Amino acid sequence: MSTLVTILVDGVSYASWLFIVALGLTLVFGVLKILNIAHGSFYAVGAYVAASFVNWFAGWQLPPWMSIIALLCAALAVAALLAPLVERGLLRVFYGRDEVLLVLVTYALFLILEDVTKLIWGANPYFVSAPYSLFGNVAVGAQTYVGYDFMLIGVAVFCGVGVWWGLNRTRIGKVVLAVIHSAEVASSMGVNISRVYTFAFMFGILLAALGGALTAPMISVQPGVSVGVVIVSFAVVIIGGLGSIQGAAIGALIVGLARALAVHTWPPAELFSIYVAMAIVLVFRPEGLFQQVQARKI
Amino acid sequence: MKQTSRALRRTATVLALGACFASGGALAQETFKVGIVSFLSGPAAESFGVPAVNGAKVVIEAFNKGAAPAPYNKVGFAGMKIEPVYVDENGGATKQVQELRNLYDREKVDAVVGYVGSGDCLAVAPVAEEMKKFLILYDCGTPRIFEDKQYSYVFRTAAHAAMDNISLARYLKARNIKAGSINYINQDYAWGHDSRKDFQAAMGNLYPGSKTEADLLPKFGAGQYGTEISALLSKTADVTHSSLWGGDLQAFILQAGPRDLFKKTQVVFSAADHVLPGLGDKMPDGVILGARGAYGLMSPKSALNDWWWKTYETANKIYPVQAPYRMVQALLGLKLAVEKAMAANGGKKPTAEQLAAALRNSEWDSPAGKIRMVLGGGHQAIQETAIGRTKYDAAKKMVMLEDIQRFPAECVNPPANVKSEDWIKAGMPGAKC
Repeated sequence: MSTLVTILVDGVSYASWLFIVALGLTLVFGVLKILNIAHGSFYAVGAYVAASFVNWFAGWQLPPWMSIIALLCAALAVAALLAPLVERGLLRVFYGRDEVLLVLVTYALFLILEDVTKLIWGANPYFVSAPYSLFGNVAVGAQTYVGYDFMLIGVAVFCGVGVWWGLNRTRIGKVVLAVIHSAEVASSMGVNISRVYTFAFMFGILLAALGGALTAPMISVQPGVSVGVVIVSFAVVIIGGLGSIQGAAIGALIVGLARALAVHTWPPAELFSIYVAMAIVLVFRPEGLFQQVQARKI
Repeated sequence: MKQTSRALRRTATVLALGACFASGGALAQETFKVGIVSFLSGPAAESFGVPAVNGAKVVIEAFNKGAAPAPYNKVGFAGMKIEPVYVDENGGATKQVQELRNLYDREKVDAVVGYVGSGDCLAVAPVAEEMKKFLILYDCGTPRIFEDKQYSYVFRTAAHAAMDNISLARYLKARNIKAGSINYINQDYAWGHDSRKDFQAAMGNLYPGSKTEADLLPKFGAGQYGTEISALLSKTADVTHSSLWGGDLQAFILQAGPRDLFKKTQVVFSAADHVLPGLGDKMPDGVILGARGAYGLMSPKSALNDWWWKTYETANKIYPVQAPYRMVQALLGLKLAVEKAMAANGGKKPTAEQLAAALRNSEWDSPAGKIRMVLGGGHQAIQETAIGRTKYDAAKKMVMLEDIQRFPAECVNPPANVKSEDWIKAGMPGAKC
């Protein structure tokens, strides 16, 4: 029983971190139809900017809880400054072209951002662990967890519910859904497609950067942090169905729980378990759990 | 007649001097090109690649100025200026094979010093051998390179990884630390698997009856260790062994510290000195760790080490840890080998064969102690090592290492012609401790 509880807590904790990042990935694909390989780079930039902001805030002798505000500000700054630059300056040039070309463009962007982060922040690691200890420890059964992990679960739930509510219960969300359904029809109805694309991309990048910013206190921020997260995030959105928010949530839970189960019961299968789960889903639902089969447009 | 002979003598003198200057000028202009390959990007850059290249830069600059202490005080390599060519190791073994060919064929380097990744070392060594070009592997740990194959042109100037885990086990035994049960967390690739295997075998030998509890193999670059820490805490063992390094190790320590893992088990790290400057007070006290040699805070006191430490620290504003130490010991060995080969070659630049002959079975002083090429037919180094225990010094605002124990090279390295694994399993016969 105790092991089961531990697996559940570990699985949900890992899933929440993954969901925040995967949600941005699936949102960008849903609206812009871009499989953004550079998503992990925005996660890394979020982590780096967060490290800089936390250290910057610390220099002002502000109360410790302000470090959480610094993390959020970092994510907002990346979304507000870097995302429009990339969307308007680069991606827009390739809209309407083959989707494979866009994948290659984002791959190139991934390589560029890897070097840019190194040029700006260098190769040395950054440590910003102050926010990690703000929430104390929480005992669950025989285990002691860091309260920050539960805060992450709360943020993930907030992001998921917020995006669902925003898309389904607001006017802007309905406009975005109209663009997802058919950009041409939405455009003919007077929707400014260009603005929707920019907004959706910014929001997707906000989530990637938020994932990076919230992870920064748990790791040493250094070159290479972008690679691992994007690979697992792709597994999540493939399981859930590209472009589906519910799918990303369920996909993240499946990956998190499968991984936790493997680590606690049969550690060599840790990675294997993620891709077995993905393969099983794809056998029965090749389009992912929450993606509707779509007629091909001719 | 007298005037004619004087004129002839003058002319001869001028011609002789001209020839002398001409040859001197040619020697002065001749350079020795060295390809330096290490991680300049990717996850291994911060901990290993960049510090090693920083070490190469300062030591090559010192060599070219003739500023290194004796016997390394000749300018460059015996008067030849050293011209480094830096190459990024990131990108996988296939890319490295091509890059190595480019270094020899296009860049026309005289020697290559490089490679952190064991996979890269295993891939490039046969290529250098096939091309009959001189190669020094300066960092990678896998024992397999010279235990599975013989080479003529390939050398490794640092001890292999078996030493790290044998010395950790000996350290625990020397202090009679309880180790009836052991947990493992190592990365899921050659380095992690080999380290676990060596430590497991050494502990089985020194602590008969010790049993393995959790045996975790997270992927390289995992970053998130919450689940693994829960698994380690679920089966709390007397000792927890890990060969994690770089960002993975830092993330593990940051996440495991607040959950009191370090208070519930004696954690031992086989290669962790490089995270100490960055982690500072986040590094728990009492952790037993090695540096894959007597490096950094565990380096021996010597004039050469003092010079190296000061040179590196002045240039980089941080003290040198294991990666730059291994780079400098490779370059010191190369310098002596080139100069010895040149002397044997009438002062001319040596060929790859002459260089290999000069380095084979040689020995030299490094900041970390004596390096001796005694394994793998004289192509694989052994060296002394050290293990210590962490203690944060609030006054100095840095992590120090205390209770340091040094292990002679013959105590923790197998003898010639014996595979490490077989030696450990046989109870490490002939070890001179």
